[in-house]
Amino acid sequence: MADQTLKKPLLSVTAEKYQTLIKQYTPKPTIIKNVVRAFIVGGIICSIGQIFINLFSSFGLARVEASTAATATMIFLGALLTGLGVYDEIGKFGGAGSIVPVTGFANSIVAPAMEFKREGYVMGVGAKLFTVAGPVLVYGIATSIVVGFVYFLLH
Amino acid sequence: MFEMIVPAFIVGGIICMIGQLLMDLTKPTFTPAHVLVSFVSGGAILGALGIYEPLVKIGGAGASIPLSGFGYSLAKGAMEAVEKRGILGAFSGGVEATAVGIAAAIFFGYLISVAFKPKG
Amino acid sequence: MVFAKPPVILSSYSVVGPKEGQGPLGKTFDKVWEDELNGEKSWEVAESKMLQEAMNGAINQASVPKEQIDFMLAGDLLNQIISSNFAARQMALPFIGLYGACSTMALGIAVGSMLIDGGFAQKVLVGVSSHHDTAERQYRLPTEQGAQRAMSAQWTVTGAGSVLLGSDGAGPRVTSATIGRVIDFAVKDVNNMGAAMAPAVADTILNHFNDRQLRPVDYNLIASGDLGAVGLALACELLKQSGMDMGTNFTDCGVMIYDESQDTHSGASGCGCSSVVLAGDILQRIKAGELKRVMLVGSGALHSPTSALQGESIPGIGHAVVIEG
Repeated sequence: MADQTLKKPLLSVTAEKYQTLIKQYTPKPTIIKNVVRAFIVGGIICSIGQIFINLFSSFGLARVEASTAATATMIFLGALLTGLGVYDEIGKFGGAGSIVPVTGFANSIVAPAMEFKREGYVMGVGAKLFTVAGPVLVYGIATSIVVGFVYFLLH
Repeated sequence: MFEMIVPAFIVGGIICMIGQLLMDLTKPTFTPAHVLVSFVSGGAILGALGIYEPLVKIGGAGASIPLSGFGYSLAKGAMEAVEKRGILGAFSGGVEATAVGIAAAIFFGYLISVAFKPKG
Repeated sequence: MVFAKPPVILSSYSVVGPKEGQGPLGKTFDKVWEDELNGEKSWEVAESKMLQEAMNGAINQASVPKEQIDFMLAGDLLNQIISSNFAARQMALPFIGLYGACSTMALGIAVGSMLIDGGFAQKVLVGVSSHHDTAERQYRLPTEQGAQRAMSAQWTVTGAGSVLLGSDGAGPRVTSATIGRVIDFAVKDVNNMGAAMAPAVADTILNHFNDRQLRPVDYNLIASGDLGAVGLALACELLKQSGMDMGTNFTDCGVMIYDESQDTHSGASGCGCSSVVLAGDILQRIKAGELKRVMLVGSGALHSPTSALQGESIPGIGHAVVIEG
């Protein structure tokens, strides 16, 4: 290090060049591992949902009704596991496997609402319930209305 | 009691894999909220095109539990209501068909949020 | 800038959360809380209490009457620096609020030293805090949300550190400081703040060595606070390409505070991190004579959740202070 000169120009790397450096140094998400885990966790959650569908059908509910009831049950379970502080651990392991099922939807409703309880029951819990659920409902319902419209025009 | 479980596992697993690829291969600004929104809208569009229906037949809960199934129900509800009530059905059908899910999510979500404390 | 009469660090005190207490530097902290809430009703209140505890700790250790303290400089990560404001309400000292994101400790020491060296104060108390749960919910996602964190993401430290600066007395001295410029290399990824801050740190380090006509080997330790592992590697590379070989004495507070088993991915962040590492580990090693001349380069990512949502890139800043035993 003795040959190091004392007076040196400042940063000689440009912002553009830096972007390639960032790519080089930032660890990549472990895609294959993540995808396999998402498959397993997502598969398990859906299997549990299927068990509920079968259970409700055996009580004599029609197929569609049983499916709706199973969805509601899964929403409850997702919310409960979030409350117990377990769902974020599942999420850390399963990634999309635990986000895409309705249990993940329930998680995204409960997590912000619970955390903002200290900001009050109206502007805290009430408002934060919809941080993620809001956009989902907005786009979901809007899409369904557009679909219904197009369907109406075609018939 | 245990029929359909294997298909549900496989179909559900594959749908979640697609979600994972969406997250890992896109920019980091693509958050879980974006994934959920894409799945609902995607499910509604696939449902309208008649592509999602067979998936539900094959996969059962594997197709109805992922949020794309919620989108599919919305679209299906809207189309069925249009058959019965015309243009008004486009507005009422989606929400009607998914009312149980939406109400359950809000109600249970609220109860749990009030009952539990976040652990951090 | 070089201080004509280098201010003395009379005392220091650090308070951390349980996760930091279990880390490799656990033993160097003055106090470890058993949980992140410590009996308070919210994480925000807990953070403010933690900051007060650290500042009172520093005052008690120096056994200086509170009335003799001319200014209190404090900062944290929350909106409108509320933790510091509420701590200041209790401390009842003339208060200057600072915001430099994670660089706040270095900034506070630099500004405090200027006040003292400029003759405006005899004693200045500097305190900085951050809290994992308050920062996560403000900047990222609710803590119970089941999402995966990116490999380059850093974990916000729960901790508060405080130092008491004086115009004379015994202890390590703050000999010089370099206030950084905001550098923005168009990094937009809020999960990779180390990358956003690395250019600013590199720029400040280069400026410092240029101004002082020194080289990295003149220091026993150069600690950035807190780039994390990714940012540290990037800063090294940037400096190397600019003709500055940092040698082996260059490290990062965010890398020091946790070990790999703690699942923090790229290391720590948050202004509590560099403040507790300085108030704990670094100052203790200076006092023990193990380190003679240390440079702390506080690095801050000056963005907000709003600016990130609007697609703005993250401006970075680095402030350097040199402490000599």
